[in-house]
This record gives sequence, C-alpha cells and structure tokens, in this order.
Amino acid sequence: MARAAVSGRLTWRVARLAEAREETATARTLVLDVPDWPGHLAGQHVDVRLTAEDGYTAQRSYSLASAADRVELTVQRVLDGEVSPYLTDTFKVGDPIEVRGPVGGWFVWRPADTAPVLLVAGGSGVVPLMAMVRARGAAASRIPFRLLYSTRTPDDAIYSEELARRVRDDHGLDVVHLYTRSAPPQDKRGIGRLSVADLAAWGWPPEFEPACFVCGPTGFVEAVADLLVDAGHDPQRIKTERFGG
Amino acid sequence: MGKGIVSPGFAGRRRAEGPNLPPGQYLTEDFPVLSAGPTPRIPLDTWAFEVITESGQRHRWSWDELVALPADDVTVDIHCVTKWSKLQTQWRGVAIDTFLEDVETAADFVLAHSYGGYTTNVPLDDLLDGQAWVAYQYEGEPVTPEHGGPARLLVPHLYFWKSAKWVRGLQMLLEDEPGFWEQAGYHDYGDPWREQRYQGD
Repeated sequence: MARAAVSGRLTWRVARLAEAREETATARTLVLDVPDWPGHLAGQHVDVRLTAEDGYTAQRSYSLASAADRVELTVQRVLDGEVSPYLTDTFKVGDPIEVRGPVGGWFVWRPADTAPVLLVAGGSGVVPLMAMVRARGAAASRIPFRLLYSTRTPDDAIYSEELARRVRDDHGLDVVHLYTRSAPPQDKRGIGRLSVADLAAWGWPPEFEPACFVCGPTGFVEAVADLLVDAGHDPQRIKTERFGG
Repeated sequence: MGKGIVSPGFAGRRRAEGPNLPPGQYLTEDFPVLSAGPTPRIPLDTWAFEVITESGQRHRWSWDELVALPADDVTVDIHCVTKWSKLQTQWRGVAIDTFLEDVETAADFVLAHSYGGYTTNVPLDDLLDGQAWVAYQYEGEPVTPEHGGPARLLVPHLYFWKSAKWVRGLQMLLEDEPGFWEQAGYHDYGDPWREQRYQGD
C-alpha cells in the first residue's frame, strides 16, 4: 500500500478569494489565490482557518475540487453550521482566509495509476472525486473512469454541466446520475438508493480489479462499501472518505 | 503563533461558557465515523487479540477470554484529527496493563494491528498505567462495526486515529515504526493539546 510521503512542515498560508461560483442552491465553489501553492494530488484536502475580530478561530477540512495547478474548494452549506454558511454566504472576493495543505496521501488518484477507476459519490462527496475526473482530464489520461453520482434530485447535483461536457470530450469517462427523491421523467431508473443492481449495471465487474473510491455521508459510504465487498471487490481496493455524522 | 488574519464578517459561535477543547477542535454531539476502507465484519467465534513481543512470543486471548478479564468503565473525551471532539463518552474495556502483566518485553514502541489491515503506532508508555484499553462496549452497548467493533483500542489522550478500530493485536517494537496514517503525512505522536495533526506540527 504505497502512499504519498508528505515531507516538511505544513504551514498556514494566507489565501484570498479570487472568484466564486454558485454550483447549486446550497453549494458554492471558492477559487482561492494561494501564494506558492506546492500542488496536490486529486483526492487530497486542505485545512481552512477562520479568525474573528476577537481572535476566536475555527478550523475545518475541505476536499480540493481542482486539479493540481489551482486551489478550488466546493463548500456545501450545513444547516446550523459554524463555518460553511460563512464560506457560502458571506466570504467575498478579495477576503483573506488561512489555508494549509495539501493533506492526506491515501484517498488519492495519480495519473500514473493504471487500474480502471470506479468513483461512487453521495451528495457533496463528489468533490474529491471531481478532482480525480479533472486530474484525469488535465493529464489527457485514457484510464477508464466511471462515476456513479447519487443525489436527492437533479438540482442537488454539483458540476452537472461540466460532467456532461467531459463525458462528451474526455474519452473513456462515463457518468451516471442516480436520484433518491425525484428524477427527470425520462430517467428510466426512477428513484431509489444506490443498489447492487446499479453497481452491476454501471460499475466495473470485480474481475477488472478497479480502484474504487467512495465518498459521501457515513451511511452512504457504509452501504456502498458493503455492496462492493459483497459483489466480490477486494476490500484493499476500496478507498473511502466519509463526512458528517 | 502570531495573530491570525481576520476574515471580515466571521463571528463564529458565541462560546463564553464553552468547554475547554484542544486548539482547532469543535464540539460535536454526533459520533462521526472515519475509516479508510470498508468496515470489516469479524465473527466473535474467530475473533482473537494478540500481543506479540519483539522476540516473536505470542500471547493470545479469545473473545470469551477477553470479556472474562477484569474490565474498567471509563468516561473520556475524544478528539478526532478531522477537528471534532466529543465529550464524556462512556466505554467498557480491558486496560492494556492487564494484557501485559505476564509479557516480558524491552520494547519502547507498539504497532497496533487491526482486522482489515489498518495499523497505528504508539509509544508503549502511552498505553500503560490506565491510559489505554481494548474497549468492547460503548454507552452500555456492544461497539458497532462502524465504530470499530467488536473491539477497538481506546487511547483517548491522543488523536482518535490512534484508537485503532477492529484491533486484533499489539506488536512490541524496539524501534518506532509508522502506521497507516503516520505514513500518509499525519503526526507520529498525535497529541491534540499540542495540535500535532501532521508531520512537522
């Protein structure tokens, strides 16, 4: 199990918001200008530190959404959250924020990796998987990628337009949207939680020995990882990242 | 550390009477899960816990032997490197001192091994004198698989990744050997009060 060695000290850098994009009603992408960013691997995250006028600080971790050359975070607003509503609603272009990273050498995809890739996202768990899709595109990789992306409704899906464009332009990338609450009328699958039938229809068979990356809320990740193991995928090839309670 | 850069308009939660948390942590009432892969399912009839000394001697306990050992009920605060802290969590488990009573070792370091392949390293001194347990109950119930059941290591004074889920053994080592997250850029020791999250902290 080779992992990226992170050497040296991770120092806090003062970043500024260069640009923001509203992705959905509750998700916002922050494009940060970070001086001397050392680059990162797709799947890594950063720690963010906010400081109030009275010196109070709060830290959170966010997955990087971008390929290595720039720093983009997509933040999902958490109801009653302390930090995310600030980042989605108040944080303005030009405002400073402290960032350190990149962090994490396990849940990562490298363009030199040769196995086919299965990405399974629940809700805003798509963010680090999008970094992998973008890194693949940036490297002009032809490694076969499949993304299964479960959201409540089509409106909750982040990056829909870019994903549709990449399916057209990035050869060897497939994306399937799965909905749990409401689906467009033309969607033959209908609604429902991600099932063993979905994995059989749109995933890779275990014999292909794909690298599997699963990210989402805990219940989603637990369920999907169990389905993959039951389907015969080697647990060592299933990497998970969970958020929320 | 100098004064931080103020983010305009950020107030944060009012926290006048808040509990004393390690730096950079926030309080949660939930019990989030953090794991690198699928949750292993370990039947109790094949479960075992081993202490392996530096000379290769193995000391082994079955599940029935584990729960027959004298156990402690402990209430501790836990701190995850992903920033959440949870206060006053209640566990029942067997102190590591109990497993080591008849073990002869000159080791200073321990590598904990888990079902599923996870490892984490801890200095032996940090597991002794009632500082660490093999815990098999949480809040009066069996520890669930997502939270590391049937049994997990509990080392509450270090970041919670040191409290290895699905623990199956402790390997005594004369020299420190980094575990799973420690090889992936996380701190070798992981003291939350000194905010030792990553290498170099």
